[in-house]
Amino acid sequence: MTTTDTVRPSLTATELAAVRADFPLLGRTVRGGRPLVYLDSAATSQKPNVVLEAEVDFYEQRNAAVHRGAHQLAEEATEAFEDARAAVAAFVGADEGEIVWTPGATAALNLVAYAFSNATAGRGGAAAERFRLAPGDEIVVTEAEHHANLVPWQELCARTGAVLRWFGVDDDGRIDLSDVDRVVTDRTRVVAFGHVSNVTGALAPVAELVAAARRVGALTVLDACQSVPHLPVDLPALGVDFAAFSAHKMLGPTGVGALYGRRELLEAMPPVTTGGSMVEVVTMAETTYAPPPQRFEAGTQMVAQAVGMGVAAQWLGELGMDRVAQHERELATELVRVGEIPGVRIVGPADTRDRLAVVSFVVDGVHAHDVGQVLDDRGIAVRVGHHCAQPLHRRFGVAATARASASVYTTAEEIAQFREALAGVRAFFGVD
Amino acid sequence: MSSLEQMYQQVILDHAKRPHGHGLVDAPADHRSGESHQVNPTCGDEITLRVDVDGSTVAGVSWEGQGCSISQASASVMTELVTGHDLADVARLDAVFHDLMSSRGKGLDDDDALDALGDASAFTGVSQYPARIKCALLGWAALKDSLARSGALS
Repeated sequence: MTTTDTVRPSLTATELAAVRADFPLLGRTVRGGRPLVYLDSAATSQKPNVVLEAEVDFYEQRNAAVHRGAHQLAEEATEAFEDARAAVAAFVGADEGEIVWTPGATAALNLVAYAFSNATAGRGGAAAERFRLAPGDEIVVTEAEHHANLVPWQELCARTGAVLRWFGVDDDGRIDLSDVDRVVTDRTRVVAFGHVSNVTGALAPVAELVAAARRVGALTVLDACQSVPHLPVDLPALGVDFAAFSAHKMLGPTGVGALYGRRELLEAMPPVTTGGSMVEVVTMAETTYAPPPQRFEAGTQMVAQAVGMGVAAQWLGELGMDRVAQHERELATELVRVGEIPGVRIVGPADTRDRLAVVSFVVDGVHAHDVGQVLDDRGIAVRVGHHCAQPLHRRFGVAATARASASVYTTAEEIAQFREALAGVRAFFGVD
Repeated sequence: MSSLEQMYQQVILDHAKRPHGHGLVDAPADHRSGESHQVNPTCGDEITLRVDVDGSTVAGVSWEGQGCSISQASASVMTELVTGHDLADVARLDAVFHDLMSSRGKGLDDDDALDALGDASAFTGVSQYPARIKCALLGWAALKDSLARSGALS
């Protein structure tokens, strides 16, 4: 985690009200006229007017295919597309050449996994040696991963003969580094981990994991979906080799995300999806490929969505991610207080150290689905289920949890309403 | 009654707390038997259901599983409802229950059909909530599959 040294104050009540007024959806009611209390931002965030307007404006004024065409619209569309890339890059401290547009974070993680696969199959020439796996090589993940940062690595292992290994988590859901030297070995080629758990909200020990990977020459892949929208994140400063994040969790549109890769690695990595726009010279027999990032952007891109993602990054940047983080730290303090409600047990850290405003919990005697339904009746939207992290739920011996998660537009009053509603759930089901 | 109370009717809460048919039972050797495991991947609900068919009659249904009150209560109500019934009746009940679940909270016009469902008619309120319909149908899906596996339908 990278934060500025001087902590600026959180958002004032006036600023927060102005922020909320910028999100049209937050003004609607649900379930018979109840004001919406949206506590499902870890699944997807709501969108401010500037993002919605940017997409409409692109279609109304600039829509054209990018990186081709000699007309003015094509120039303007290309400029908007590349300006958005620069905005997203700046938001995470990267150079624009290090940001590849993808359909989302899942696609970004799969891109890296399939690049390893293609290199292992002999593609990419000598430059791709770092991506070539041999049977018995090891890929390391953690028990806390979202399926998007687990299943692609399982599949890569199945295709290459590499072996999947993982760090367990402790009873607080934090990654257990006690056996780091046994998990990360001379055979380790990749260490892939989430920056912040989408279930527990716990921050990963990034510095320790990066150091362990570097000691053995392994590449690091960071799933930054749950951190980038909530913390100041400087990916080069974190020292990771690759990172994936999606627009829709950071106030941007669905259908677009980004893969960050250190430039020398993107240059050495063979392409994955092939076709138009990612080539240099094509003959009937063979093809040479464009330099990154275009090498990884085959086909017509999601231009309007990318523009929206750029605007979302700028909007957050102007508000100040240090202040967003401070606001959400206060919300996390309010959220973990669900642990004070009789019969409610937090899955993950019950304290506020190194955690974000995402809290999953079980209610004794009431299934998570039923908890969510009663909250929904009060207008409170939470996520229920395994949150795409079945192994972590299995680790805690539960099939499902309910999860409340905050974003920049969430208020402490909303969390108080949520706690009050949650306190009534066991009585509703006659559980004592 | 609010939508929430329509869904969580007392009869449903009672079945969820004290489900019928819970705990797998072996069928007698001279009966047909089939077993099915069904999962609702969105919420992790699971059921393993075993059916015991004597000739053309469902002689017994037993199951174990974990899940929300709707899935547990529905499996319980279904167990009570179909036990002792002829296979053709069970197919009809299955069809009527599916119709009820597709009714978006409106229920069924056919009062006789609704009467035939007994306690299962209490699930009308569930059909207002698209995300919960699968919960109510989990046990029924397991019954249908286990009947097919038992060979009793062929």
